[in-house]
Amino acid sequence: MKFIQNIFDASRPAVTSGKFKPLYPLHNALETMMFVPDHNAKSGAHVRDAIDLKRTMITVIFALVPALIFGIYNSGYQHNKALGLLNSAVGWLQFFTWENFLFGALKIIPMIIVTYIAGLGVEIYFAYRNKHAVNEGFLVSGLLIPMTMPIDMPLWMIAISTIFAVLIGKEVFGGTGMNILNPALTARAFAFFAYPSFMSGDKVWINATLGPGEALVDGYSGATALGQFATTGSTTFSAWDAFLGIIPGSIGETSTILILLGGIYLIATGIGSWKIMFSSLLGAITISLIFNAVAPSMISPEQQGFLSIPFYFHLVFGSWAFSTVFMATDPVSAAHTERGKWIYGFFIGFLGIMIRVFNPAYPEGMMLAILFMNVMAPLIDHYVVEGNIKRRLKRLKLSVN
Amino acid sequence: METNKTKEALFSKKNRKLLSDPMNINNPITVQVLGICSALAITVKLKPAVVMSLSVIVVMALANVITSLMRNMIPNRIRIIVQLVVVATLVILVDQVLKAFVYDVSKQLSVFVGLIITNCIIMGRIEAFSLGNTPWKSFLDGIGNGASYGLILIVVSFFRELFGNGTLYDYPIIEKLGLYELGYHNNGMMLLPPMALIVVAVIIWWQRSKTPSLIEKD
Repeated sequence: MKFIQNIFDASRPAVTSGKFKPLYPLHNALETMMFVPDHNAKSGAHVRDAIDLKRTMITVIFALVPALIFGIYNSGYQHNKALGLLNSAVGWLQFFTWENFLFGALKIIPMIIVTYIAGLGVEIYFAYRNKHAVNEGFLVSGLLIPMTMPIDMPLWMIAISTIFAVLIGKEVFGGTGMNILNPALTARAFAFFAYPSFMSGDKVWINATLGPGEALVDGYSGATALGQFATTGSTTFSAWDAFLGIIPGSIGETSTILILLGGIYLIATGIGSWKIMFSSLLGAITISLIFNAVAPSMISPEQQGFLSIPFYFHLVFGSWAFSTVFMATDPVSAAHTERGKWIYGFFIGFLGIMIRVFNPAYPEGMMLAILFMNVMAPLIDHYVVEGNIKRRLKRLKLSVN
Repeated sequence: METNKTKEALFSKKNRKLLSDPMNINNPITVQVLGICSALAITVKLKPAVVMSLSVIVVMALANVITSLMRNMIPNRIRIIVQLVVVATLVILVDQVLKAFVYDVSKQLSVFVGLIITNCIIMGRIEAFSLGNTPWKSFLDGIGNGASYGLILIVVSFFRELFGNGTLYDYPIIEKLGLYELGYHNNGMMLLPPMALIVVAVIIWWQRSKTPSLIEKD
């Protein structure tokens, strides 16, 4: 590692006082990413936790990696399955193959690179303009954005969505830590409304590009489970497949079990709030049970079918798990008070499933539900704090009397 | 009105400021934040925006002049009603002219021509300016505010039409440039009202970074 340190040391004069001064934020960001910063407290005694912003972000990245790698395999698997190219009879041997991985990696790694270049470009520009170090906030957003996109999303659309999210979702509010909306979901929402034909429907979730001499298998349909539910009221995918993640969908959202693993890791390290995740689960189960109760009173058989599915279907299909674990728990845009987190999480699960079932224009509602609750989070916090003040004032009066 | 009784020259520095101030430091949309609703509603395409701007300029200038002429006769308690009658008359005139000469655009603008009556800029300028100033000055103020309202409208609709529809003044510019073959796609969000707000917000951002005197101290 010494030689990397030497490179940073040798190039430091050029960016602190030399002619490459505009590049200082970039230099600083790369250096602190690889080495422990040598900043010392200038006065007094300070106690520092080992967990700084950078460590927090890296922890989330670690939690995301299993779902990402699975997504890479899965997009290759879905492609090869659609083309009828799977040759092994054993299930998991068909899945974890080198071809699947290679196909997915060639698609997804450029998406990740483009997202980081576009987002960090904006971040570094603003860091230079406002004369502060590059914040680590984009580290996670940059990985989340490609994971919420369909496999065939053109790279330039991802770049534009990312730039929009960083610029309008984050920098105008003052940068990392000041944003109202979750930047990754802002990017997805922008892409969803700007390029709907690339973000919804049943053509986009599986790459079905045909090479010479290739053909789609008979009866091929690219619809996701939620898309099937919305049109027919039932699905051809089993809940077990969805739990493992062998279904079409956005890159990172399909494998519930690996997301669960990431969620447990986040809770164990104390990075993600278990209150938000648990209350979102409660909200989703509550609305599912209500739907089950009212299902018989629906007129159309599709609606009846969709409303009467058991609650665990809602948890494994679509992006409930991914959004709850990685999006809702974003510490900046979530509610900050402990009681507020319960309300915030509950309504994310509740509204997400409600939009998913009731609004045919949006087969998946988690994105909109989380963005909506992001906006509501300060309001929730306000009333929780007001409530605390009121309660304590009452206690004060009692003790004075 | 050209025979104004004041000794001031017609285009004195002060009078020129009446025209130029609304363009920047006193812009009705980006600084006074008036007339936002119509800025969101009719900026999907350039053509309706241009027609709307012209209509607002005409209505504003004439309404300002007429109320300014009557300013010493209007009883204070019923002034809003008088202003409304003046503006409404002018708006109906403009609406009839549009229907007669540019029917298709008039169809697109639909109810928003009628809603010029409720455009906050017009009532705001009458209340704030022409009730206390001479007709010529009021005329300049009306032209200035109407034009700067139109300027923002046209800038916003330029971006919305170009990126949302791929056309400029109904000319298919993106198609002619051959960008669709390269994989370019129109941005559907530009056609939705939220994007108009964001474009206006970006203009406000840009304007304030250019003129720091506009930034509020908190």
